[in-house]
Amino acid sequence: MNNLLRMEESGARIVLDDPWTLIRSPETADSTEMLILPLAHWLESPSRHAVWLGPDDGVESLLPWLASLPLIALDFPSFRDGRAYSQAYLLRSRFGWKGELRAIGDVLRDQLSHMRQCGFDSFAVREDKSAEDALKGLAGMSVLYGRSVIEPRPLFRRR
Amino acid sequence: MYQYDDYDRALVFERVAQFRDQVERFMAGELSEEEFLPLRLQNGLYMQKHAYMLRVAIPYGTLSAEQMRTLASIASDYDRGYGHFTTRQNMQFNWIELHEVPDILERLAQVNMHAIQTSGNCVRNITTEAFAGVAADELIDPRPLAEILRQWSTINPEFLFLPRKFKIAICSAKQDRAAIMMHDIGLYLYPGHDGQMLLRVIVGGGLGRTPILGLQIRDGLPWQHLLSYVEAVLRVYNRHGRRDNKYKARIKILVKALGIEAFAKEVEEEWQHIKDGPAQLTEDEYQRVASAFVPPNYRTLAGTDLDFGTHLADNPAFARWVARNVQPHKIPGYTSVVLSTKPGLASPPGDVTGLQMLAVADWSERFGFGEIRIAHEQNIVLPDVPKSELFALWQLAKEQGLGAANVGLLTDIIACPGGDFCALANAKSIPIAQAIQARFDNLDYLHDLGDISLNISGCMNACGHHHIGNIGILGVDKNGSEWYQITLGGAQGKNSALGKVIGPSFSADEVPQVIERIIGTFVRYREAEELFVDTVARIGLEPFKERVYPKALEVSA
Repeated sequence: MNNLLRMEESGARIVLDDPWTLIRSPETADSTEMLILPLAHWLESPSRHAVWLGPDDGVESLLPWLASLPLIALDFPSFRDGRAYSQAYLLRSRFGWKGELRAIGDVLRDQLSHMRQCGFDSFAVREDKSAEDALKGLAGMSVLYGRSVIEPRPLFRRR
Repeated sequence: MYQYDDYDRALVFERVAQFRDQVERFMAGELSEEEFLPLRLQNGLYMQKHAYMLRVAIPYGTLSAEQMRTLASIASDYDRGYGHFTTRQNMQFNWIELHEVPDILERLAQVNMHAIQTSGNCVRNITTEAFAGVAADELIDPRPLAEILRQWSTINPEFLFLPRKFKIAICSAKQDRAAIMMHDIGLYLYPGHDGQMLLRVIVGGGLGRTPILGLQIRDGLPWQHLLSYVEAVLRVYNRHGRRDNKYKARIKILVKALGIEAFAKEVEEEWQHIKDGPAQLTEDEYQRVASAFVPPNYRTLAGTDLDFGTHLADNPAFARWVARNVQPHKIPGYTSVVLSTKPGLASPPGDVTGLQMLAVADWSERFGFGEIRIAHEQNIVLPDVPKSELFALWQLAKEQGLGAANVGLLTDIIACPGGDFCALANAKSIPIAQAIQARFDNLDYLHDLGDISLNISGCMNACGHHHIGNIGILGVDKNGSEWYQITLGGAQGKNSALGKVIGPSFSADEVPQVIERIIGTFVRYREAEELFVDTVARIGLEPFKERVYPKALEVSA
């Protein structure tokens, strides 16, 4: 089980039947499963599998594949590393990625609302944490001054 | 002053509730220290040597009388009766209990205040100069754009986990009193030929371990593009700034590594994508915010006041205070008054008691329009005082220990809290400041010396801005004992410069004598009314070294 939360039209829910397996090191991959592969490995033979990017990976390298990719995951090696927020912004707002965008790694309750604002719509909560508890972090606050992926107009255009 | 509307109020109260929950989860063991750390930092809460310290945001250094009274109540109810004004125009409380912090934040929220992003690797309090809106040499009031930036940067989800802290300052006067060359982004606002507001954008300045003056990345940027341009800079920094070493993580290191041209090109490319989008500021929004900063109802006063003239002539101590602590004002008959928080031995630089805060709040209403400013030199400013009231204010200020006539003089020392409080410090700052203030206690002599800035930092994080003091003192650790390195020739403002180290460091006991020798050298070489910093620039460091290190020179000869 992936300890996964997903935003759906009816609201956020805990996902118990997520089919994806995250592969951190490709040697362990069983090709019959639905895999989320590291970018370098995935680029060697672009496939039906999904891909995950570390914060050093350029999101631009996915541009040719956006129409066919089933899912993109962005890694937070530490929750204090904020690069994936900008990667998510670029994927969603600039490159038009409409598919699932999953946060993986050090994914914790108190950052979930920021991730959601930046366009993540699924969240693989860190394994030792309760997904149910993490759900409480998704809403965040009712006021956003600036703009974000899910609210592209700054507050001064909504005030 | 900017007035909160329902959105602003909802945000600060929701933030209090959010942090109350986080504190409870931390105290219940559900959040680890590591997980809690950035959460508390982004709510202004540090762990110091003896207790938690709470840093309250004072956006661009502006406070109402009511807000000042609230700070006083926090000082007396939750701290030891005082607070400390910082070089970034904020207030720090040094003796705070964790479980009381949500209540303190709630009390702040009730008067439209908060501690959001006063720490952490995010955009910090937006600063400007203490005389914004009233300075005689002001071009445009920078406060509306400062407030717009404050709102935009508050809990901006993409930029809360930057490689390192990020400081933005804006100024718009002939003199730069906001130190914009020393900020991650410095903004200089000025009118173009057609009167349109334009921005000069400076990037990559900063003090700390690697002091660098900022470089111009763009000029003539129309104000409507302020937010999109800052967003472009932050996105480039967030993606490419170093994260492997916290001492190399500030934007200045990235700018230096890429070179300003390459960095500017990255920013320009990013900006092209967003410049004409929804982030573009509207005239409506500018007017909405600017309407909160319309000038108060100034009375029509004569430019000269007879009683004031008489007091000046009769009372040399008052005249001295006026000469140093009173600034010219846009409106005839008005002045801005600087209340010095540097009385010498009576209290450390920047420290103000709850009773003093209450008195200042009263004076701001009696003599002005209920508004107070905090200067980055850690002093308090009453921006609108009629000339005819200066004598009465001076007498009250003296009684409260806020009447020192030393603004801009050697004893107007900028100092961080240092090793007495701060867990990062290598050495104490406050005893050094007080020893120097005690050594130079002759006001006539100090006034004769003229403008000399002396800045003390207890470690290389440079919270005391020692690099830009005419005399800078940096606390360093040598084998576990406290030593002090001295620099000369630093300056802030339009002619910003970083001081140069004069030689090996000194023990705490030696520092006052060393400063005395430096001043002695200045007096000997000074031409006419020359400023200290100009003398240093003219004669160089050698004459100072010769006086300060006589024995070392004999040995090396």
